[in-house]
Amino acid sequence: MLNDWAFIGLFLIMAAIFPGAPIVLNSLIFGPKKSNPVKNSAYECGIETVGDTWVQFKVQYYIFALVFVVFDVETVFLFPFAVAFGQVGLFAVVEVVFFILILAAALVYAWRKGALQWV
Amino acid sequence: MDFSQLLSDPIGFIAGLLTGLLTGIGIPEPAARVVLMVIGVIVVASFCLVFPLFLIWFERRIVARMQDRMGPNRVGPQGLLQTIADALKLLTKEDITPIGADKIAYNIAPVLAVVAVISIWAVIPFAHNIVGTDVNVGALYIVSVGSLGTLAIMLGGWASNNKYALLGAFRTVAQLVSYEVPMILSLLVPVILARSMGMNDIVRAQEVWFLVSAPIAALIFFASSVAEVGRTPFDLLEAESEIVAGFHIEYSGMKFAMFFVAEFMHAFTVGALTAILFLGGWRGPFAEQYPILGVIYFMLKAFAGYFFVILLRATLPRIRIDHMLDLNWKFLTPVSLGAVVFTIVADKLIPLGAAPWFRAGVLFLANLLLGWITFWLLSGSARRMRQAEEGGEAGHGEEHGGQAEEHAPAHAPAH
Repeated sequence: MLNDWAFIGLFLIMAAIFPGAPIVLNSLIFGPKKSNPVKNSAYECGIETVGDTWVQFKVQYYIFALVFVVFDVETVFLFPFAVAFGQVGLFAVVEVVFFILILAAALVYAWRKGALQWV
Repeated sequence: MDFSQLLSDPIGFIAGLLTGLLTGIGIPEPAARVVLMVIGVIVVASFCLVFPLFLIWFERRIVARMQDRMGPNRVGPQGLLQTIADALKLLTKEDITPIGADKIAYNIAPVLAVVAVISIWAVIPFAHNIVGTDVNVGALYIVSVGSLGTLAIMLGGWASNNKYALLGAFRTVAQLVSYEVPMILSLLVPVILARSMGMNDIVRAQEVWFLVSAPIAALIFFASSVAEVGRTPFDLLEAESEIVAGFHIEYSGMKFAMFFVAEFMHAFTVGALTAILFLGGWRGPFAEQYPILGVIYFMLKAFAGYFFVILLRATLPRIRIDHMLDLNWKFLTPVSLGAVVFTIVADKLIPLGAAPWFRAGVLFLANLLLGWITFWLLSGSARRMRQAEEGGEAGHGEEHGGQAEEHAPAHAPAH
């Protein structure tokens, strides 16, 4: 068991080193280093960027992210149930159905409130 | 030396051989095990980094065929070395960091994108004993590691100090984050059917492919995974004709290449995950005795899924953002919630010792019922929309539409 997670830990480290190495090789050794202000400017339509890039964004994106958080957290609760599914009785199944219905009610609420409407 | 073990358990055979070698030259046993683990990690990780070179060639050739062109066929036999030539070219390109970019986030993003995809392969079973590591929470691990890719794209788009890239990052929030919900919910269905989150357990539980017992979950999983990869028809985050290239507009050289590696490997991972969760993974005739056969079955199924992803890319035009969000929140998410409910109820009602075919048949019928209800609701709402449109033109159409709405549920049980 501990061995499995040691493997995954090693794997994550390797997975970071493998793509990191060619990037470092490229930027430090093989790639040319002749930068100038024009080359390094932001790519747009040929004219210099007007104003700050990190502008205020549309609140719609934020609402979708919020709805996602609700669903993501609640689905995590369903995974332990799924694993224990063989041992639980019919009563627990009914309970989970109610849980999912409450989830669905949240979706219907967001829907009715117009949070899912792209404007 | 027992060479029949090479056929039945190749990994164990090679591991035994190497342990013998290492302890032979005086390395203690625990240290030898660590060395073996490192070798295993390097083999799987480098496979994941080199394999996209082949995938890119494969996809370019297939898409070219579908569009009635030749595709790359000059460098090497059938153009196989084209991608390697491209990678070498990108290695000698200048690495540009735009003025005002958030340096740390800008440099981490391409690495994180690749890490997210490669790490999934740590738990993918190629055969029953050819697997990186068979953790008992494999499905949850895939979900959690896979969503790092979304983070990478967001980071890259935000850190580039470019308005197009920022638009790409916004769309990432709307798309990738949204489509994770139906993906996780439909992933829940095979976990329920197998009663385990371990990937090997899920494959073992498929005496009958889960495609038969959970067709709706399979379709939803595939569709939302394609959206997670972010390619046509869901390529809003890098739409060339609207926001030039979206999140990777400012990237050059190897960093750009890494985003590409991540995308292609992710597309293949979608095929592989679909194969494992719904198409029986490495299962097939004689796969238990000869794991090499299992690897072949698994790869064939994974490539079938990947081919379907390519087919979608070559066939469908880009979807509009409001349609994309409606498809997710108003169709895929409710239906996948329904699929979970129908699966747990139907599976609990089946007696314990039932034959696998009987169980799959009952679950298939439950899915048919869900499909029929979905179709009925959709056609009902379409009819209402049509009538509302007609009501706008004619005077008393609205009243008629209201009546139809009242009548529809009353008629439902009679059908």
